[in-house]
Amino acid sequence: MVDAQRPVLEVTGIHKQFPGVKALLDAGLRLYPGEVHTLMGQNGAGKSTLIKVLTGVYQPDGGSIMLNGQAIRPRSTQHAQDLGISTVYQEVNLCPNLSVAENIFIGRYPRRLGMVDWRSMRRQASELLKRLQIGVDVSKPLADYPLAIQQMVAIARALLVESHVLILDEPTSSLDEAEVQTLFGVLRRLREEGMAILFVTHFLDQTYAISDRITVMRNGEREGEYACAELSRLALVNKMIGAPAEAQEAATETLANGQAERGEVFLRARAIARKGVLAPVDLELHRGELLGLAGLLGSGRTETARLLFGADKADSGGFEVDGRQVGFSNPRDAIAQGIGFCSEDRKHEGAILPLSVRENLILALQARQGIWRAIPLKRQQQLATDYVKWLGIKTASIETPIGSLSGGNQQKVLLARWLATEPGLLILDEPTRGIDVRAKQEIMDYVSKLCRKGMSILFISSELPEVLRVSDRMVVMRDRKACGEYRRGELDETSVLRVIAGEGA
Amino acid sequence: MNARVDPTPAKPTAAPAASIKTMLLQHPLLRPLAALLLLLVLDAALVPGFFRLEMKDGHLYGALVDILNRAAPLMLAALGMTLVIATRGIDISVGAVVALSGTVAAMLIGGASDDAPMGMALAASMGVALLCGLWNGALVAGIKLQPIVATLILMVAGRGLAQLLTDGQIVTVYYKPFYFLGSGYLAGLPFSLFVVAAVFGMTTVLMKKTALGLFIQAVGINPVAARLAGLRTATLIIFVYVFCSACAGLAGMLITSNIKSADANNAGLLLELDAILAVTLGGTSLAGGKFSLMGSMIGALIIQTLTYTIYSLGVPPEVNMVVKSIVVFVVCISQSGEFKQLIKRRPA
Repeated sequence: MVDAQRPVLEVTGIHKQFPGVKALLDAGLRLYPGEVHTLMGQNGAGKSTLIKVLTGVYQPDGGSIMLNGQAIRPRSTQHAQDLGISTVYQEVNLCPNLSVAENIFIGRYPRRLGMVDWRSMRRQASELLKRLQIGVDVSKPLADYPLAIQQMVAIARALLVESHVLILDEPTSSLDEAEVQTLFGVLRRLREEGMAILFVTHFLDQTYAISDRITVMRNGEREGEYACAELSRLALVNKMIGAPAEAQEAATETLANGQAERGEVFLRARAIARKGVLAPVDLELHRGELLGLAGLLGSGRTETARLLFGADKADSGGFEVDGRQVGFSNPRDAIAQGIGFCSEDRKHEGAILPLSVRENLILALQARQGIWRAIPLKRQQQLATDYVKWLGIKTASIETPIGSLSGGNQQKVLLARWLATEPGLLILDEPTRGIDVRAKQEIMDYVSKLCRKGMSILFISSELPEVLRVSDRMVVMRDRKACGEYRRGELDETSVLRVIAGEGA
Repeated sequence: MNARVDPTPAKPTAAPAASIKTMLLQHPLLRPLAALLLLLVLDAALVPGFFRLEMKDGHLYGALVDILNRAAPLMLAALGMTLVIATRGIDISVGAVVALSGTVAAMLIGGASDDAPMGMALAASMGVALLCGLWNGALVAGIKLQPIVATLILMVAGRGLAQLLTDGQIVTVYYKPFYFLGSGYLAGLPFSLFVVAAVFGMTTVLMKKTALGLFIQAVGINPVAARLAGLRTATLIIFVYVFCSACAGLAGMLITSNIKSADANNAGLLLELDAILAVTLGGTSLAGGKFSLMGSMIGALIIQTLTYTIYSLGVPPEVNMVVKSIVVFVVCISQSGEFKQLIKRRPA
């Protein structure tokens, strides 16, 4: 173990509160020189908040950060970098139209007689990249190179400032397999040089491929710190999601709706795939059936949903609706076939904030009817009033801007937006995220009621107990692939966790 | 009066008197209207006989009629600009389209007997304007150029093309019936006012009686969500640019008819900026979304009244721009949310 050494970075007892939310309660982290340390946790576990505290974006409310035995408090990203903590973000934030060398040296151009010393800059840049065993022409614009190389340039830039700590925040989410391997090669070389690397990712395979140790976060706290070799995948997922014992209790009170009448296949997707996003997936959605899609974030759940709705176009594979071949190249095509989609990103992909509850609610129906066949105002008001009543939407009136409603009520309005189109298939991507328990319950109850009336539902959620509770059938996804399909009652939570973790059922 | 698309359906019977008062006070058209009234009161005090209207030869004459008549092209341009701005876009090629469509109309009509019939000439002129809009829309929605850059191309190219067509000369129109568009009278009022009223009326009906108004707002506020709700976002964006250019084309015909000639160098020069100003003065945010056609009309009238006031006060023309900018600054400041908060915080 590396414990004999002194940690280069030791973070203890960090807490951070945002209005209404305790983002970090007691977050901690120990980072040793010459290790790749992976930070894992579910969405909302506090990973990104912790990273932002380390890089000076947020100021913690309490706790200590020790770098090489000295207490530090990064005030800004610049300050953090000066202290020796460099960060490479998920989206490369470099200047694509400047040369590779300029990107590495930006703001720190080597000077000679008051002028930029271009020759020395290019030489040093080449040497840096050679150290990473990346052979590129440093005088070419950055945009000429693929994303992976751009990421290496970002890393090279971090090396230039004599960093002690390199933080990689989900660097692999937009890279393909070969590019990931190149990146890992670089990380291994840096590790040999004694760099302390903090790696944030959602991908289990990658975690095990590169990490020495793992810190798991849950609910804003450090759940634990483990040597990678001593922690099984199952144990890891368990620790991320929480103790299975309590979860099982929730799972046992399944919905008392009996087995819903499972009807004909409504939508059949054959080997739909999208390069770098999703490996080929087969799915069948029956009328009157609630299909759950489980898996960790980044496992391909949302990506599958977006292909099914035409929000992204599938590179390959085909769709059948009621046995007819169809193609979805945009959401309109899918809507025309009777498909609705509630996005996981309510604020950016769902609600149109300054518009009223009524306008938000009729939008999809009106879009399907087209511009000319305007829904009469009376009918709009009727629809809005009805859905406000049926779904128990708490709003001052149907003319209130949707932005002034609570998250749960906004979600109900968006649900109503699709219900108003009377879809054959409704895709719900994390419909219960960030809303209170009661609204959660109400939404799920309503959804399963619809299902019993013959609607097909695809339900995506990070909360495994919830998926287990409502699904008639469940598909588990891992690492951008579907890796198992189970009927209700076939699996308990622990075995699902095992599948999610990739240890076989 | 209120042309704000999709207003809260008022239920005056149920609302107590106090809330009607607050509704009026918070009405988005309150500030632009107040600014216009203030200018008119100022004029009435400073310009003798400002409100006097008289009938001469069956035509209504007076300062007010004059302002309305001169504001007509700007009002048209502002109508088109309103929808573009509602989609979070901007169109700075309006002036160039005015010049181009005016030139096409003037050259085709000309004055000799073998020239094209007026109807055909006007149709060709409108056709050119529509093509301009299609071009702008395709660049913004198709190639996804930033609207200001996309329309900058036509701003330069349109006027350049007009100058090429006319060899940089002013094309005079001798065909009398064409004069009617920009300087004729109908029922005692300038004909151009009927053109504006017709376009305004049609647009308002289009926005209120079809789903277009809702869709334009949705695309302007949140294009991603709008696409996922099944809107044809690209088609909508192309439409607003075509509409804007069509309005500019009409404005070009009015201007050409009014001055009985097409001046490719100066016709509609900087009209786009006045139009953007009119839209802003009318309370439509440049951030897109909610828009007010009536607000833009009032905005255009504010600008024209201001110009009139400055000229009639005998202020030298070179001061005109400075005065205009000060008034615009004051009106814009009064509409700024930040500024309102600043004022509110002071007394507290």
